[in-house]
Amino acid sequence: MAEALRAVVVGASLAGLRGAEALRREGHRGPITLVGDEPHRPYDRPPLSKRVLSGEARPEAIDLPGQAGLDLTWRLGAAAVGLDLPARAVALATGERLPFDRLLIATGTRARPWPNPAEAALSGVFTLRNRDDAAALRAALAAKPARVLIIGAGFIGCEAAAACRSIGLSVTLVDPTPTPLASVLGTRIGRVVAEMLRREGVDYRPETRVEALEGDAAGRVRAARLAGGGRLDAPVVVVALGALRNTEWLAGSGVAADAGGVACDGLCRVLDRAGRPVDGVAAAGDVARFPHPLFPDGPVAFEHWGHAVEQAQHAARTLVGPPEDHGAYAAMPAFWSSQFDLNIKSVGLTNGADAVAVTQGSLAERRFVAVYGRAGRTVAAVSFDSARWLPAYAARIAAGDAFPPILGATDQGRVAPMDPGFPQRPARG
Amino acid sequence: MRVVVDLNRCQAYAQCCYAAPSSFALHGPEVLIYDPAPPPERRREIERAVQACPVRAIRFEAEPDAPGQPGEARHG
Repeated sequence: MAEALRAVVVGASLAGLRGAEALRREGHRGPITLVGDEPHRPYDRPPLSKRVLSGEARPEAIDLPGQAGLDLTWRLGAAAVGLDLPARAVALATGERLPFDRLLIATGTRARPWPNPAEAALSGVFTLRNRDDAAALRAALAAKPARVLIIGAGFIGCEAAAACRSIGLSVTLVDPTPTPLASVLGTRIGRVVAEMLRREGVDYRPETRVEALEGDAAGRVRAARLAGGGRLDAPVVVVALGALRNTEWLAGSGVAADAGGVACDGLCRVLDRAGRPVDGVAAAGDVARFPHPLFPDGPVAFEHWGHAVEQAQHAARTLVGPPEDHGAYAAMPAFWSSQFDLNIKSVGLTNGADAVAVTQGSLAERRFVAVYGRAGRTVAAVSFDSARWLPAYAARIAAGDAFPPILGATDQGRVAPMDPGFPQRPARG
Repeated sequence: MRVVVDLNRCQAYAQCCYAAPSSFALHGPEVLIYDPAPPPERRREIERAVQACPVRAIRFEAEPDAPGQPGEARHG
């Protein structure tokens, strides 16, 4: 009987591929159709904002391993546009309908566009999410523009700034918050990133808002008008304002999905609007919003590489086996970012942290571990070129240890908790 | 070939850089730079790098299945 079951995976990126792989590993023998709106086979996104922009990696040479031998049926360049739950079928933009017995939703996110559509459509204005985005931006950078303006000092904006500097381009980076990465790391640690950006030659302008982009008669972007009156010449503009979850195709399907993601339970089962799990339908990766046992404030969604892998595997187990057999998904959130020669890594979640303490190294040396506390518990640890400490902190976070959790280590100085300085209203990007 | 490194797992022990110096390098103390599509003739050294990694962070695939194989339909 199991041989006849049909699986459809919507989303042909990291979560979709690893989900399909895990379906096979868990014993799904029937057909698996992998649906992707991009025309490309699954590829790795982290290089897009780094070595693809600098020209050191070709955008077509970052395909993910693990695609061979899975006996997948591909529907690439074919966006899913609807889910018919009573008929148990996915509708594609091509008009095709794909019936399923098991469905994995892994449609991820897309770049948040510049809010003014006419300005966003100017030639020379880029977002950075997909392979084609990165290839187009790379081509513009290879033409050696006089300046690159990056709007948004989150991870993508900072990484893009570093890539531009590495090929000698002039870069201006603007953001409304007081430091880079303020909403994720807080302004206390963000200041360290600001110092690095400036030392590397980035014209970094905090607390700066772009009011409008100005184009010429040919429809090319020429300048950015700043709130408060300034103006910046900008032949190339990178809009790095974060991501939007791809859930619109589920509207009206009966599945609980909105701008915050697709609602799931701890087993990755997708919920209907009454909060009941839908039989045979799971979600994973950036698009999934789910309760995490470590984070009591309500459901969360993580846009992290490792999370896409691990949650997709969990979701596949739910779809194939009796879902109750393997418990709730509880992987520790973790991510990395590299900028210039600096490696930033994080475990846990800084959301709501009310204290931060440097527990190894020092901010002045730009090599340290910063641990975040919330109401007396350790909730996250962030390393700057000190990654080997993180597994120890991940274990303390998982155990719900007091903050700060590790004291008296031989390499430690005085550990003094500080205000992490999260912006009052976390800015996007 | 296709190579991907789980950079959450990577601890910059640099064993891959010794095993396959034309495909892996460290920038700064722990930023690992690698070639995601090394040519087939590097297969032996990529395999050595996979084996040498103390945290098993490297994954590679030697022969991607070609597009257009039976059962495959592009563009719907």
